[in-house]
Amino acid sequence: MNRDRLVVDKINAALPEAIEETLDFRGEQTLFIKKDQIKAVCQLLRDDADLQYNFLSDINADDLLPDFPRFAINYQIYSISNQHRIRLRVYVEDPDNGPETMASVWPIATWLETEVWDLMGVRFKGNGSLRRLFMPEDWQGHPLRKDYPLGYEEVQFSFNWEAIGARKPNPQE
Amino acid sequence: MGIEQKLGNMGVVTYRLEDLVNWGRSNAMWPILFGLACCAIEMMSSQAAHYDASRFGMELNRPSPRQSDLMIVAGRVSRKMAPVIRRLYDQMPNPKWVIAMGDCASCGGVFNNYAVVQGVDEIVPVDVYVAGCPPRPEALIDGFMTLHEKVRGEKLKDWA
Amino acid sequence: MISAGSDTIQELTVEELRAKMGTGMTIEDPEEHMLLSMGPQHPSTHGVLRLFVELDGETVVNLAPDIGFLHTGIEKTMESKTYTKALVLTDRMDYLSPWSNNLAYILAVEKLLGVEATPRAQVIRVILAELSRISSHLVWLGTHALDLAAMSVFLYCFREREYLLDIYEMVGGQRMMVSYFRPGGLWRDLPEEFEPAVRHFLDFFPARIADYEALLKNNPIFLRRTKGIGLISAEDATAWGLTGGNLRGSGVNYDVRKAMPYSGYENYVFDVPLGTDGDVYSRYRVRIGELWQSLRIIEQALNNLPDGPVNIDDRKIVPPPRSELGQSMEAVIHHFKLWTEGFNAPKGFVYQSIESPRGEISCYLRGDGGPKPARVHFRGPSFVNLA
Repeated sequence: MNRDRLVVDKINAALPEAIEETLDFRGEQTLFIKKDQIKAVCQLLRDDADLQYNFLSDINADDLLPDFPRFAINYQIYSISNQHRIRLRVYVEDPDNGPETMASVWPIATWLETEVWDLMGVRFKGNGSLRRLFMPEDWQGHPLRKDYPLGYEEVQFSFNWEAIGARKPNPQE
Repeated sequence: MGIEQKLGNMGVVTYRLEDLVNWGRSNAMWPILFGLACCAIEMMSSQAAHYDASRFGMELNRPSPRQSDLMIVAGRVSRKMAPVIRRLYDQMPNPKWVIAMGDCASCGGVFNNYAVVQGVDEIVPVDVYVAGCPPRPEALIDGFMTLHEKVRGEKLKDWA
Repeated sequence: MISAGSDTIQELTVEELRAKMGTGMTIEDPEEHMLLSMGPQHPSTHGVLRLFVELDGETVVNLAPDIGFLHTGIEKTMESKTYTKALVLTDRMDYLSPWSNNLAYILAVEKLLGVEATPRAQVIRVILAELSRISSHLVWLGTHALDLAAMSVFLYCFREREYLLDIYEMVGGQRMMVSYFRPGGLWRDLPEEFEPAVRHFLDFFPARIADYEALLKNNPIFLRRTKGIGLISAEDATAWGLTGGNLRGSGVNYDVRKAMPYSGYENYVFDVPLGTDGDVYSRYRVRIGELWQSLRIIEQALNNLPDGPVNIDDRKIVPPPRSELGQSMEAVIHHFKLWTEGFNAPKGFVYQSIESPRGEISCYLRGDGGPKPARVHFRGPSFVNLA
C-alpha cells in the first residue's frame, strides 16, 4: 500500500495533472493517465531510482462500447527489484489516434502493441510494425471489438442438415 | 532358423495383386509429422512407449509431405492455417488418406467462431473422423484400425 | 530442409519479402546470407510457428516469427459464455498445462467476485498445479532432447507423463482437458486413491529424474548443442518481457509464486532455481531444478492437506451438491439458475498472474454486472517469449 502511495506522489511531483484518477479495486491499484502524458509517466516509472518498474508484463485493450471514450488500454508494469505491480489505464477516443508507442521504454511493447492493433484496432503512434499477427494478412476488421460478430456457424441437426450442408464447401480430389 | 528351412521349397502362392498391395499399404503407413494443437500431444502419446502405435506400423512419422501417405489433422484448424494444410495435402503423393483427429478437426468442436474452420473436411477430403476432445490414444489407434480396414477394401483403380 | 513455404520464398525479391514481413526483420546481407522460411510444418515445431531466418552458414543472423496459426478466438468466444462455461475454453489455450490456465482464470473470477476458496481447495489446487508443471516439463524435456537427436529421453518422459495423466483422469475425469477448478472451489473432492497415487509418484520420480540426467548430462552431443548457444543477457531478458525458465535461466529472480503469492504459495518452502549463463544449458538446468522444487511443494502440501469442504458456502456461486437436489426446493432453484444463467459478477476489472510452467500467465477480466465476462484477456507466456 505504501508503495502505491509512493508511485502516485512521485508522478504528481514530476508530472502534475498526468493522473486523472486513481482506483483501488480488490487490492489492485489503477492509475488513469492522460493519453498524451503516458510516455513521460512510463519513462519516469522506469528510470526513477526508487521505483524501477523495469518489466512490462502486458498491454491489453478493452472495448467499452456503449460508453465513451470507447477504448481503454491497460499497461501492467512490474518492478522486479521492488516486487511491486501497478496498472496504468489510458482512455482512447479515436482508435486511429492511440497513445504513443512504448518501444523506447520497454522493447517488448512493440510486440504487445501489434497484438492490440491486430485484434482491437488501436493504432499506436510511432509503432512502425503494426501488422497482422494472428489473423491472415488480408483479414478485414478487428475481431475483438464489440461490434464485430463472433462469426459462428449454425449447428447442423437432422432437420436442417441438407440446407446447411449445401452451403458448406465440399472438397473433392 | 528361418521358415524357409522348415518348409523346404516354399512353392508359389497365388493371390490377388489388389489384396497384396492393400495389405502392404495398410501395414506401413507413413503419417506426416504434423501436429496442430492439443490432439498433437495425444498423438505423441500414442506413438510413445505406453501406447506404442508401432505395433500397427504407424510409428514412422515423415517430416516431409512428399514421403508420407497419411495426414493426421490433429487439432483445430484456424483460417490462417487452412491454406497451409491444403498445400501440404496437395504435396502428398497418391495414394493418400486423411484422419481428422478430435472434435475441432472434425466439426469445429467448442470453437464455433470467426477464427476456426468448422471441420477440416471443408478443405481436404477426410477418410476417418476420430471423436473426443482430445481423443484418447486408444481412440486414435482405433481410428488407425478403421483406416486400415478401409484401405484393405479399396480397389486399385480408385487411385489410378 | 523441406518446408511448406520454401518454394514461394525463392520467388520473392528481398524488398517484397521485407514488405511481407512488416518491419519485424531487417535483412543484413541479402547477397551472401541464406534466407529460409521455416515452418509452419516443420520437424521441430511442436506448436505451429513460422520463422523467417537469415543464415550465415549455420549461424542465425536475423529471425522474424510469424505466428497466429493457432489463433482460436478464445477471448472473443469467452465473452459469449457464462463465467463457468468459459472455463472450458481456458483448458485449450496451453494444452500442456491446462491446470495452470484454469487456475489463472478461476483466481481472476474469484478476485472479481471477492471470494476466496477454502483452505482445502487451495492446497489441492497447489498440488495439481505443481503436478501439471512436472507433466509439462516432461513434454518439454522429451521433445527438447528429441530435437537434439536423443530419442530415448522422449520415450522415458512420456512413460512418466502417462502416470500423471492417469492421476488427472482419476481426479477430473479427463486426461488433459480437466476443467476441475471451479469458481468458489473445485468440481468435487479428491477421490480416495489420489493420495496414495501421488505418494507413489513422489517415491519413484526422483530416480527417474536421475535417469534423464544420466542420459543427457554427460552426452557430448547434447552439451555441444546447448552450452553457449542462444545466449540471452539478464538485461535483454527483462526488457523483452521473458518469464519463466527463460528469464530465470539468465539469472533474474522473478517467480510469480514468490513475488505475488497466490493460493497460499507463501506457506511452502521452496527455492527458485536460477541459471548463470543465460544459454540453453542454463535454462535446461533451471527447468530440471523446477522439477525437484515441484516435488518438494507437493510433498509439503500432501502432508498438510486440511480437512473440510472444498467449496465455499455460497449457493449463488457454487451449485448445491447432488444429494440435496431431491430434498430441497431451494437447491433445485439454485442449480437451475446456475446452469442456465450463471452468477452475476460485479462491475470492475481485475488482473491475476500466476506462474505457469512456461512463465507468467495472467488473466485480465472485466465484469459488467452480468453473468458473462465483458472482456477476458490472457497474457500468454509463450506469446511474449516468442517476441
